[in-house]
Amino acid sequence: MTSGKTNGKTAGQKGSGTSNGASNNGPLLQIKDLQTYFYSPGGVVKAVDGVSFDLRESETLGLVGESGCGKSVTALSIMRLIPDPPGRIVGGQVIFNGVDLLQVSDAEMRKVRGSEIAMIFQEPMTSLNPVLTIERQLTEPLELHMSMTRRQANARASELLEIVGIPDPESRLRGYPHQMSGGQRQRVMIAMALSCNPKILIADEATTALDVTIQAQILELMKDLTVRFGTSLIIITHNLGVVARYANRVNVMYAGKIREAGDAEDIYGTPKHPYTVGLLQSVPRLDVATTARLAPIRGEIPSLMNLPAGCAFRDRCDWAVERCAVDDPPLLDVGKTHTSACWEHARVELKKRVAAQ
Amino acid sequence: MDAATARPGAVRLAPTWGQRLRGLRRGAWRLTRNEPPVMIGIVIMSIMVFLAIFGPTLARTEYTRVDPVNRLLAPSAQHWFGTDTSGRDVFDRTIAGARLSLIVAGSVTLITTVIGTSLALVIGYVRVLDNILMRAVDGLLSFPTILLALALIALLGSSVQNVIIALSITGTAGKIRLIRGAVLLLRETAYVDAARAMGARMPRVLFIHIAPNTLGLVMVQATFTLASAILAEASLSFLGAGTPEFIPSWGNIVGTGQGYVQVAFWIAFFPGLFLTVTVLAVVLIGDALRDYLDPKLRGRIEREQA
Repeated sequence: MTSGKTNGKTAGQKGSGTSNGASNNGPLLQIKDLQTYFYSPGGVVKAVDGVSFDLRESETLGLVGESGCGKSVTALSIMRLIPDPPGRIVGGQVIFNGVDLLQVSDAEMRKVRGSEIAMIFQEPMTSLNPVLTIERQLTEPLELHMSMTRRQANARASELLEIVGIPDPESRLRGYPHQMSGGQRQRVMIAMALSCNPKILIADEATTALDVTIQAQILELMKDLTVRFGTSLIIITHNLGVVARYANRVNVMYAGKIREAGDAEDIYGTPKHPYTVGLLQSVPRLDVATTARLAPIRGEIPSLMNLPAGCAFRDRCDWAVERCAVDDPPLLDVGKTHTSACWEHARVELKKRVAAQ
Repeated sequence: MDAATARPGAVRLAPTWGQRLRGLRRGAWRLTRNEPPVMIGIVIMSIMVFLAIFGPTLARTEYTRVDPVNRLLAPSAQHWFGTDTSGRDVFDRTIAGARLSLIVAGSVTLITTVIGTSLALVIGYVRVLDNILMRAVDGLLSFPTILLALALIALLGSSVQNVIIALSITGTAGKIRLIRGAVLLLRETAYVDAARAMGARMPRVLFIHIAPNTLGLVMVQATFTLASAILAEASLSFLGAGTPEFIPSWGNIVGTGQGYVQVAFWIAFFPGLFLTVTVLAVVLIGDALRDYLDPKLRGRIEREQA
């Protein structure tokens, strides 16, 4: 991580409209067989168990799954922010700019955090320090990573607030977080995250705590800014609707593993994993009669403490066959850029919704 | 950033120290203007500090002078607070005693707050230290404060310095336990995670993100320590283990007066009154300070008074 910003990413280099500008050179970030376990008195929780995916430059990747499937742990593992104890990254590689982040020293890792890879958290109400002014918090990454002076940082902080759409930034800077709404705070968090022109922005359920209209605004803002600055974006969410509109590619996670991965159109149009199908069918849609019943996924997530052999989803699956109880399927190619971890992927498809009485 | 967003004149200078000081003074004034209790607290404290500095010089008689003929006189125009068993003027001894009481209490507060808070921050944040050092703190806390202080003074000998040391050791242990608890909570907050995700190193997280959040607690605890140190010094003196008898302190004046409460209540009453009033003043100021240090409450105070 010696030459951080070699390609001198100048702000505003991309015109609007070139949104899906995934470049041809190799992936920006490569996760290979990542394993993060938590050691509890009751046993080992395999929160992330062999996750692999690539993130290309300027691309938006969705990481989808229900609570406890390992999305956030994956993100925290990339940042190396897993609380240890009880957690530990026991295997795999996180290759960023040709360097395995899991091998670098703590000091080098700190240089990556915030300046190369930035993260936005779920709780906008609590991710800002209540006793420090907005200015103090917004200038911190600038002073840490861009070695700006106080004065430069203050000027930049004011610009940043304006960019994320906060009116009257000068007076806002002097204010405290409790004087802002949740949406505004999340805008400040975005300003902080983007302040050092990171190459990757990880949004961990960044809009979950906000109401729907604000959610849309914040997502638009993130998309706009990442396109404008050529930042790659990882959207972590349990909400398929959020990802549908913004992600180029989607990884669906279940019980610590990626079960289906592919372009957004493939995942939404022709899902090939029963879990993805289940998720899609439980989302209410405007184009289906309101009398149609939503189809929930039956059962509940298995305990990660002692997963039985075979496919972790088989107990909840309508397509399960005998083989599922013995063999855990690997990710199988089901299309050009589409993989699914299901033996029966050929049979799996979205069902028509039936109207209820 | 793009040229479009860089407005000319957007540069705002950080406030100079002079401006900050003026801001602080304005804040303090706004805080006290409509708050009679705070005003009272400040006035009382100012008087006590004044007495601590000039008390011995202001005394009308040499406060160590004995006058056996005029002993145990009731308060009068001559002796406002009466005289004690050796005929020494209680008023003179009381105002002279302010110095010692405040020096001991002030030192103990400063030492326990600085050392206790810094240790608590580190102990609360670094888990390994937490396991080891908290056992030592538990050990210290299992003794009654006064007993431990008595033992230390028996060991070190009776002097003002040793009273300060003894009270600081016991006070620091309690402070560590309290503030460590707050640090344990703050360590898990989202903004501490966010700061680490920004690449902040441990000292920065501790002193910029966690420490300011403990400030309210630290300040309230400091005023409490100040009040209880005055009382503890008095208790030690009262038990005869505190400051040597020839240096008057509120504690040892009360101590000598306690045997004569029925014949000459004034010996114990007046220094006791000074002690109580000072503690009250400290608590009043501490309360207001706590409110002012919390940005949420401060906003409310300023709005109410605007």
